[in-house]
Amino acid sequence: MDDSIRFIMEDLSGPLLQGTLASLKLIVCSVPFGLALGFMLASGWVYGNKPVSWLCRTYVALVKGTPLLILLFIIYFCLPSFGLTLSPFFASVLGFIMCNGAYNSEYIRGAILSVRSGQLIAARSLGMSRAQAIISIVMPQAARRALPGCSNEIIYLVKYSSLAYILSYIELTGAGKMIATRSFRFTLVFSIIGLVYLVMVTIASIIFMWLEKKLAVPGFEAKRQ
Amino acid sequence: MQNALIILESLPNIAWGLFTTLGLVITALAVGLAVGLPLGVIQVYWGNSLFSRPIAIYVWFLRGLPSLVLLFLFYYGLFPLLGVDLPPFFVGAAVLGLRSSAYQSQIFRGAILSVDQGQMQAARSLGMSKPCAIENVILPQALRIALPAWSNEYPILLTDSSVCYAIGVMEMLTRASLQVSRTRAPVPLYLATAVIFIIMNYIGMRILRSAERRFHIPGFGGS
Repeated sequence: MDDSIRFIMEDLSGPLLQGTLASLKLIVCSVPFGLALGFMLASGWVYGNKPVSWLCRTYVALVKGTPLLILLFIIYFCLPSFGLTLSPFFASVLGFIMCNGAYNSEYIRGAILSVRSGQLIAARSLGMSRAQAIISIVMPQAARRALPGCSNEIIYLVKYSSLAYILSYIELTGAGKMIATRSFRFTLVFSIIGLVYLVMVTIASIIFMWLEKKLAVPGFEAKRQ
Repeated sequence: MQNALIILESLPNIAWGLFTTLGLVITALAVGLAVGLPLGVIQVYWGNSLFSRPIAIYVWFLRGLPSLVLLFLFYYGLFPLLGVDLPPFFVGAAVLGLRSSAYQSQIFRGAILSVDQGQMQAARSLGMSKPCAIENVILPQALRIALPAWSNEYPILLTDSSVCYAIGVMEMLTRASLQVSRTRAPVPLYLATAVIFIIMNYIGMRILRSAERRFHIPGFGGS
């Protein structure tokens, strides 16, 4: 027991802290672009002309059908053949953005469709351009409705960030794996890593609940199951 | 042209992994159903018994951890600690199944709650016992309501099964990466593997959609 505590304090805490920071870096770099991609795909799907809409639909179907790990392998191992070599970090972030964007777009699309189409017509009749009406009338409402779904996806992203380890980017899981193989204390190390992930996921869900409450417009609260 | 040859040459080996992948997915779905359904029922109908807290922790734990960490924890940690020496396939299937059971329990919980609770009272007043009413009145409806959400577990498990690569299960991605290290041609092989996954996803979803139509009762809510 004493030995375990000394092991945790001396050998484990430093690398795990670095690993946690590396994981956070991955997540923080992916989330904003994933949301942006989701918005672009969703508006392209709903409002785009035929080819744009088809392109967005196909992209979402392809990315959702491919395991994220294979997407990461394609980005990391295949792109160099086309002259684009990415570091493990950028390859993972690109993969996370592509995957997260595709899933987000589904929620945002649903949210856009749930805004009454009369509002768009009313905004147009007030002299707004189509783009203006979408950006300042439809999107603020759709974003609020899509938030619960997107926050789920971001929590998935926290967990999927562990896949960057397979592209040899040393984040939390990778750092733990290295120590565990050196010390043979697999159960202890991975239990602690699991706890760190649980803490990250719990904090993320608290932040999103707070954000949802903060952004709620009185009288327009989404019904939560 | 050369790419086509490489694909043609390696594809039988990669496609052989299809059985392993499907084995993982089907085992995990079955484990998830067998564990998740009772958990969902207990959460709704025995909600304030002594089971409720452990179940809530079980679900929170399995939903909050990345599957990669769970795989490492079980494969290198828990199973060796218990003295059980399982081949990677069974560890992978067990981990994916337990993880899925946490998600499925929530799907079934939601579906059971969406059945009007007056039906339970009506069944009880007709003299049915609680388990009897759950089995004959509530679940036949709840399972139909749960089916669309439950079918979403298939693509999730299908894509997650490739994570078993990390503990060396010989599924499609593992085979593909072995072929890549042999032929040094990542582009055609990984793309081909992605295509196989997409096709399997599509076929599975078609089957599940037709199952939804098959079990749908006309005039009854749901999709």
